[in-house]
Amino acid sequence: MNNASPQQFTGDTQYVASEDLLATVNIAMTLQKPLLIKGEPGTGKTMLAAAVAHSLGKQLIIWNIKSTTKAQDGLYVYDVVQRLYDSQFGTHGVDDIAHYIKLGKLGEAFSSDEQVVLLIDEIDKADLEFPNDLLWELDQMEFSIPETKQTIRAKQRPIVIITSNAEKELPDAFLRRCIFHYIDFPDKAQMEEIIRVHFDDLDERLLQQAMNTFYMIRDIRGIDKKPSTSELIDWIRALQAGGIDPYEIEKKIPFAGVLLKKDKDMQTLEKNTR
Amino acid sequence: MFLDFFYALRDHGLDVSVGEWMTLMEGLEKGLHRSSFSGFYHLARAIVVKSEAEFDKFDQTFAEVFKDVPFEGPVPDEVMQWLLHPKEDLHADLQELMMRTGGHDGTFEELLRMMEETLKQQDGEHNGGTRWVGTQGTTGYGNSGWYPNGIRIGGESMHRTAMTVATERRYRDFRTDRTLDTRQYQIAFRKLRSFSTQDPSAEKELDIDGTISDTCNNAGKLKLRYKNPRKNAVKLLLLMDSGGSMDWYAGLCSMLFSAATKSNYFKELHTYYFHNCIYTNLYEEPTLSGRTSVPTEWVLNNYGRDYKVIIVGDAAMNPHELVERRYDWRTRTYDELTGLDWLYRFLAQYPYMIWLNPEPLPDYQSFWTRTHTQLAQMFKMYDLSVDGLDQGIKALMSRH
Repeated sequence: MNNASPQQFTGDTQYVASEDLLATVNIAMTLQKPLLIKGEPGTGKTMLAAAVAHSLGKQLIIWNIKSTTKAQDGLYVYDVVQRLYDSQFGTHGVDDIAHYIKLGKLGEAFSSDEQVVLLIDEIDKADLEFPNDLLWELDQMEFSIPETKQTIRAKQRPIVIITSNAEKELPDAFLRRCIFHYIDFPDKAQMEEIIRVHFDDLDERLLQQAMNTFYMIRDIRGIDKKPSTSELIDWIRALQAGGIDPYEIEKKIPFAGVLLKKDKDMQTLEKNTR
Repeated sequence: MFLDFFYALRDHGLDVSVGEWMTLMEGLEKGLHRSSFSGFYHLARAIVVKSEAEFDKFDQTFAEVFKDVPFEGPVPDEVMQWLLHPKEDLHADLQELMMRTGGHDGTFEELLRMMEETLKQQDGEHNGGTRWVGTQGTTGYGNSGWYPNGIRIGGESMHRTAMTVATERRYRDFRTDRTLDTRQYQIAFRKLRSFSTQDPSAEKELDIDGTISDTCNNAGKLKLRYKNPRKNAVKLLLLMDSGGSMDWYAGLCSMLFSAATKSNYFKELHTYYFHNCIYTNLYEEPTLSGRTSVPTEWVLNNYGRDYKVIIVGDAAMNPHELVERRYDWRTRTYDELTGLDWLYRFLAQYPYMIWLNPEPLPDYQSFWTRTHTQLAQMFKMYDLSVDGLDQGIKALMSRH
């Protein structure tokens, strides 16, 4: 493993990170431990991995976790059906099992010659057991394929970033191995910076009005699903495209459907703005 | 002094392991705290705390342990010296830690050895100040400001000292000691399992992967393989106190009940209700009407030793309800067994049994809590909360 040139993540032109977050990313990279990121939806958990990969000039491998994902899927898949199919026709290479072993995302990250950034996205979606099944692999950075008696070992220890929406609690044994960071919801100053990164030319008044309205809505009691950064960006885009007069934003709240996704929340908003 | 921090954290209920502490030491050794106190706060939090719900505990502990460190201005010499040269203190700390933990733990020896090796390897390399590792603080990092590459954010310093951050307790709202929802209960119940492929009653299912693999190895001639399905073999008997003093906790109990039934996870789940204590009859409905009564004897006869039993009740009753034979007005006779006898019979029959109590164990004795204390000695009793259920489930997996 190559530790010779410690690289450091300092942010990215497309991603605004707080100082705390930057420090944590670097802690995880130096200590070679997986980085576990939690935070409200829409605070850029997934984006972080892309930003890290981009700023370090590394390839990003994304492993999207679904409720049906098994730990095994990330390692390798043995395509027995294809092999059976091929065997009917005596296709060349049927006797070679290695031919039918397809590496999963984790396997891909391990076998890459260059160090990569591996994003395990929304790990809490999977079964309760899932994180535990990956302990050894993430610790030792290797796994074996019994079918071919082969061991896949990480050539370059990947930078592992894991996101969770806290739908399920993660097992202690797994947590102990991680570096943890909780992304706070950005305050106004930080939000302004994030918005500016996404828009080249933005009417100053539109920005201010939209921001004020946005934080006003977030502060309303009884809003179930608070709008987040990504919704604000979509909303500003809609306001821009619609050519809305900035001074009307706070009064009328046009395109409120972009910010609020639930009927109940829309009603709450109406009640509070009347 | 930093070892005190470790123990303070543990005292405050943060489950910090020696492994995590070693990681923190390693981080300090590599200069990740950037020779600053706020850097130390941040590094420690990232390594030690694993949930935003625990940030508050961490903040409190931090503020308590380092209460002598001023909010603003220079950090005291003693602390600063340690932050600048963690290695010197490290050896003393490690030795002390080993003494305190007894030093007989094999895994700890292992950690210590690994730690020593890391230290040796790093001698001479990391103190000069490479780009970002070093204790001399020559890094491009400051303690303040933002570092978004290529973007300029204002000119103002966002710097806040660790003490101001810690004492602010911004994460207070995230504490989850008290919040209860069925999801958390369900998750706790999910831990109650023992997967088995040994279930003789289960129908065998076709092992598709195995079949194909066998067929391939058999030169393409079909060869079927069957396997036992993997199923949760846990059978659960839920006995709930209903009515009287339990009315206070009706919401809590129904939450537990719905979590247990909703998960549809156990091989068998049977629920019965009783009032105050278990006597000759149990009831199928919480209304405890005579129509739904089932002889307790029948329950004991039909549900064997392999059932796991959870009793839910506040264990608050008049002591005579527990130890005296009850007079049955219908048959005009005394019951043969007292409530206590019945409970002993349950204890004798079911090795896997816990008691969940919505009321915490009282600090002092009163007339109504005497039975509570007594039953808490007889049974493995846990609070009816997420934490309590968690502990209880763990206990249910082993014999009492």
